[in-house]
Amino acid sequence: MKFKSLMHKVMAAMLALPLIPSLAHAFQAAPAHRADYNGWTPHEHWDAVWHETMLDITVLGIVFAVITVAFMVMYVRKGHGERGKLPTLTNQAKIGWVVLPCMLFLGDDLFLYVKGFDLHNHYREVPTNAVEVKLTGSMWNWNYVDVNGIDTDNELVVKQGTPVVMRMVSDDVLHSHYMTRYRVTEDLMPGRITWQWFMPDQVGESVATCREYCGTMHSGMYGKIIVKSAADYDAYVAEQTASIPSVTGVAKAATAADQI
Amino acid sequence: MSGFMGHEPDGKPGQPKTVKEWVFTLDHKVIGVWYLIGAIASFVVAGLAATAMRIELGSVGPDITDNGDIYNLWLTMHGAVMILGFQIPALLGFVANWAVPIMVGGKDMAFPRVNAMSVWLLWSGILLALLNLVIPDSYNGMWTGYPPYSLTDAVGNTALYSSVVIILGMSSVFGAVNLACTVAFMRCKGMGWFQMPLTVWCVFTANVIQLIFVPVLAASVLLLSLDKYLGFGFYNPEVGGDVLLYQNLFWFYSHPAVYVILLPFMGIMFEIFAVSARNDVFNYKATVWAVIAFIPVSSDVWVHHAYVAGLPDWLRLLQTFTTLLISLPFGLLMLSLTGTMYRGAIRYTGPMWWAVGAFFMLIIGALTGIPNALSAIDYGISDSYVIMSHFHYVMAVSGGMAIFAGVFFWFPKLTGRMCNSLMTKLTAAGFFIGMNIVMGPLYFAGMEGMPRRYMDYQMYADNELIVSAQHWSTIGIYITFVSALLMIVVWLHGAIAGEKATSANPWGSQSLEFTATAIIPGQGNFPTPVICPEGWHPYNFIDNPKPEFEPHPGTSGHH
Repeated sequence: MKFKSLMHKVMAAMLALPLIPSLAHAFQAAPAHRADYNGWTPHEHWDAVWHETMLDITVLGIVFAVITVAFMVMYVRKGHGERGKLPTLTNQAKIGWVVLPCMLFLGDDLFLYVKGFDLHNHYREVPTNAVEVKLTGSMWNWNYVDVNGIDTDNELVVKQGTPVVMRMVSDDVLHSHYMTRYRVTEDLMPGRITWQWFMPDQVGESVATCREYCGTMHSGMYGKIIVKSAADYDAYVAEQTASIPSVTGVAKAATAADQI
Repeated sequence: MSGFMGHEPDGKPGQPKTVKEWVFTLDHKVIGVWYLIGAIASFVVAGLAATAMRIELGSVGPDITDNGDIYNLWLTMHGAVMILGFQIPALLGFVANWAVPIMVGGKDMAFPRVNAMSVWLLWSGILLALLNLVIPDSYNGMWTGYPPYSLTDAVGNTALYSSVVIILGMSSVFGAVNLACTVAFMRCKGMGWFQMPLTVWCVFTANVIQLIFVPVLAASVLLLSLDKYLGFGFYNPEVGGDVLLYQNLFWFYSHPAVYVILLPFMGIMFEIFAVSARNDVFNYKATVWAVIAFIPVSSDVWVHHAYVAGLPDWLRLLQTFTTLLISLPFGLLMLSLTGTMYRGAIRYTGPMWWAVGAFFMLIIGALTGIPNALSAIDYGISDSYVIMSHFHYVMAVSGGMAIFAGVFFWFPKLTGRMCNSLMTKLTAAGFFIGMNIVMGPLYFAGMEGMPRRYMDYQMYADNELIVSAQHWSTIGIYITFVSALLMIVVWLHGAIAGEKATSANPWGSQSLEFTATAIIPGQGNFPTPVICPEGWHPYNFIDNPKPEFEPHPGTSGHH
């Protein structure tokens, strides 16, 4: 009976296990100014959650593998007639060996889920100061039109420190816009508008590829995301818009009209 | 009607003798062999396509082709044939047909004629799929067949794709009805539901999943053809359709299909683990319930394939949670596999080497699935090599190794001969090492951003990690290729010139196909109807002194 009551306590404790990460998260202070994202960009957040997830699965895998290897070595058959001696489980033990592991797995699932939930919201809440870029995918080209009306193929120039939100549609088949550095993917499709945002935090170049199979030249569909410092960017905009003054006004009006 | 046309026991052990008997057979075992031949042929075709792609990806720039359409044809054929031609037929065809009716003590399948029709539908599907290699407008829309690409002319012959899927689907549904009835109604006297081997439970559950979901897949590709050729607009936004509808319908089948493959191959692993360790399956009843739990849980995981496809945010979050839930029944199965070794008496036979390889690959494959389930993490790795490496670890490597373990396990019952034990172990080790070299580095290439389904990666040419991962991976494919080739040689050698099996039960199993039949079971399987004695259990090695372990010189590893 003593064992039974101990079992009940252990089981009750295990049942409460999944609640711990959720509660811990509830008491964690939320970022004060979500819209600013000072120094905490979605891709940095992604890296952090990714590393924790990798650590989590590595530990799980090592525990599982080490136990199995130990069993494999310890229980090699010694003689012809030798048989296994797996102890017969009591009914309580049978249930325990279902409930306890399930609670552990569920606890780990919820732990990662809560992390992922937070990160998801980070990715799906656009900062209020974001500038818009219209992106149209077609076989096999990325067409970017930025807030200044600068229309480029397979190359997008953005300003360091200003979040960018892309409104995306496809001209023909499915495409998927992935920015290597910014760790964000979203499909483009005809008939629907989808969106993604990123924070260009460092000056430099990075790759944008297509991640949805789109035919013969799928792997040839890629572009560059170029981040310029504020001064360089302003010079770039002045240079580009000088040649297309009429487009600028039209694009600005259009952007104002379809705010997300 | 001559004897072989019916399915009455003729009492004579052995394989059919004439071509007519082979081709027009209604015997579930011969049909099982036909499935196996189809599956192995598919494995060879899809494996050659994989090798060609891998060589092409060995370095930046064209290696053996610079034609995107040819590469995409390989890619499409590789995916479609591996899944629909190799894995599902090997598991729900060969294992379900050959092993399951004997394991439950039945004399045949419930509907032998339907069974024969299933296998010939499979062969029709395979031949139709191979047509793709010769017709001028071959289909290159990937095995997923997403519209609107599959509705364009650039994709080639979409009707061929739809037809192949529908024919293979019909084959699956007929097979699934047949097998479910066989397990439900053809069990021998004395065998209750909880006395069935786990392989039977796994195949049965997989077939229930097939019955529920295959019609959805058939409908989704049928609508595709209606759209393309008759101008309907289910998936065409220009006339009010929705391209996302296809993805939802397609994955509503195709993710459960992963468990249709996973469950039977884990069933084979359970069988080999228990027999090799001569141990009870740990927590057998709970394991059975975990297998059954896959039916409801597998139905609610499909959305993770469309996390980045413009679905509403609330659905992404909700489905992240339901997708993670699959870890519960799956974790229980892994626990049972490990537990089956606890205090066992493990003998490392050839099939056990393959099964152990499958187990360790499954640990890697399953755990790398956890990040994929998280929608927010998916924003960074969607359709990258991370995903590709994960499902290749689960399906290609673990699934493939378990299937081959099963072939080696039942080989003496198929041919009456043994495969060379040393060569069996060597090929298992080669395949295991080779595939780890192929898929391990690619996981890290995926973390760097390498997308899948690319014939080239010039945009990452200055990324050393991606370039060297691709290079190593290609070296790995040579090791895998040689091992797989050698494995087929080992089978052929075993079937033609292998040492004759001296015992009907070379591994010391307690399951009926080993204990109650001849070395090669004949028509009707059992000389006399089988009755399981009171308290009989396929894994009760501890209390049951019989059958005695009969070592075979060609099979034993450790004595």
